[in-house]
Amino acid sequence: MAVEGVATTIERGAFDGLLTAIARSGYELIGPTIRDGAIVYDEIATSADLPIGWTDEQDGGSYRLRRRDDEALFGYAVGPQSWKRFLHPPEVTLWRASRDGDGAMAIESCEDGKPSYAFVGVRSCELHAIAIQDRVMVGGEHPDPFYAARRDGALLVAVNCTVGGGTCFCVSMGTGPRAGPGFDIALTEVIDGGRHYFLCEAGSEPGAAILAAVEQAPARAAEAAAATAAIAVAARHQGRSMEADGIRELLYDNYEHPRWDEVSERCLTCGNCTMVCPTCFCTTVEDSTDLAGAEADRTRRWDSCFTMDFSYVHGGSVRASARSRYRQWMTHKLATWIDQFGTSGCVGCGRCITWCPVAIDITEEVAAIRADAID
Amino acid sequence: MTPRPWRVTGRRRETADSWTLDLEPADDGAPMSFLPGQFNMIYAFGIGEAPISISGDPGADRPLVHTVRDVGAVSAAICRAAPGEVLGVRGPYGSAWPVAALGGRHVLIVAGGVGLAPLRPALRAALERRRELAGLTLLLGGRTPADLLFRDELEELGADPRLELAISVDSAGSGWRGHVGVVTTLIDDLDLDPARATALLCGPEVMMRFAAQALIGRGMDRGDIYLSMERNMKCAVTQCGRCQLGPAFVCREGAVMRYCDIERVLGLREV
Repeated sequence: MAVEGVATTIERGAFDGLLTAIARSGYELIGPTIRDGAIVYDEIATSADLPIGWTDEQDGGSYRLRRRDDEALFGYAVGPQSWKRFLHPPEVTLWRASRDGDGAMAIESCEDGKPSYAFVGVRSCELHAIAIQDRVMVGGEHPDPFYAARRDGALLVAVNCTVGGGTCFCVSMGTGPRAGPGFDIALTEVIDGGRHYFLCEAGSEPGAAILAAVEQAPARAAEAAAATAAIAVAARHQGRSMEADGIRELLYDNYEHPRWDEVSERCLTCGNCTMVCPTCFCTTVEDSTDLAGAEADRTRRWDSCFTMDFSYVHGGSVRASARSRYRQWMTHKLATWIDQFGTSGCVGCGRCITWCPVAIDITEEVAAIRADAID
Repeated sequence: MTPRPWRVTGRRRETADSWTLDLEPADDGAPMSFLPGQFNMIYAFGIGEAPISISGDPGADRPLVHTVRDVGAVSAAICRAAPGEVLGVRGPYGSAWPVAALGGRHVLIVAGGVGLAPLRPALRAALERRRELAGLTLLLGGRTPADLLFRDELEELGADPRLELAISVDSAGSGWRGHVGVVTTLIDDLDLDPARATALLCGPEVMMRFAAQALIGRGMDRGDIYLSMERNMKCAVTQCGRCQLGPAFVCREGAVMRYCDIERVLGLREV
């Protein structure tokens, strides 16, 4: 029986037993899988759906899959998607209005059922990102029922990173690579000579109950040490770092720094960084009617502070220049977010660096402002 | 996040592009109580939602009154809503004018154009409590005399001994015998004890910025000046992210904000 805080080991051969135990508890399994040359999160059934033996090479504006020389299930960093596409989906129909001939209008919420997702392979930075989105979406006076329904039923199976990604900087943001609180189960994958196993920890009652149904053994000290050593490798090999001390004051004092002009010459204002960011939450809404004009839907879609429409008030956009829009994104992420929600909005996952088509690097931009700060 | 249906029971033209609508619940729900300065999200069927400040008397909970200027597809559809038609309403949202803290103060209301709409509930509340106040002044600006809201009411207020009223327009024909010039110039002529004054400002952002600076020039404290801010807004509950003004969400910390709290970002371009 797995008890909270007491580690056990599951052999690679028994790993599918863990997935089966999760599915039998009523969860829909979502995990990493390969599609279109990238590791994305989608429905999985067995470990065969995972990116076995693959890793990723990431740098500014660059992402490539490469074969590993082993059969690791989780031997890569994060891909373009985050779990936000399940918890805060890209498109949600909020409500539907109908109107009869007398002009009477009825409006009904389109709140759907409560899906029970099990997210398998949640990285430490992503656990932090989920905690941050929890504060935004359900932590205030008006909790979002769509997010709440998805989040309440979710089982989080964390995987400690054992590979340091080329654009990762969670160590400097204090968000990884070892999964902190918030997981139901945490796994560390260890491939040691001919043996391939997972060190497991339960972080909640549901997590412990699932682990109890899986073939496992109490972890020995050497196994726990091997897992810790594997995580330390990930920490050492991160491709980026950001000096986060005093960053709020730094950016508040540097709204007029010339670096914003410089970065705006490269920024395409495409919004990719906001789409891949696991904490970016901004949305727009779209209203549409049927042809008869009797029914109307209101749909919420992910939006980006990089669009002109985002800040439009009658007469024009508040943030018309690329300079002001990049500044808004980065200053929100790293400074105003702290005032709004009590934490940074950045978890150091590096996605905005990897998926920027012109390789703008948030760590480099912070360093450039810091090196030549106006105070 | 789901609006309630409200039926239009009255509709008055204010200016060439502004209308005042009276609304009554079209469901079994209760009327809405609100604080002066708060706003609602108003939904025109199939067209969309817009944040509209409440312009009615806070002492009377029905009808629910909004004054809307036609500046886009949604506000145009709201302006077009004839008596009998149904609009969606959710709210009220946002902060309020500090009406509970006006005792002993000289209340100075400075409005530009349709900016008088969110100030009207504060003006009604101030008139209600006039004996507790040290003074009550309304400085009102508009592009032309025809752009002034609530003109019947302004006629009455002009003769009301409880209120000092000054109006200035940017341009006027030969029939206009009042002041011509931007509303901020009225501040220079004001009889003002800056330590006892509380200013409530609403109008174009540039007008509010200059008005605030003129009031500070007259010796007023930055914490005694309140502004009603406007930004793009879709959700009104801090989740769409669009109404950010520096660290503030205009839907939550605003629309009414103290000048001392936003002075820094107001002075920057494109924040």
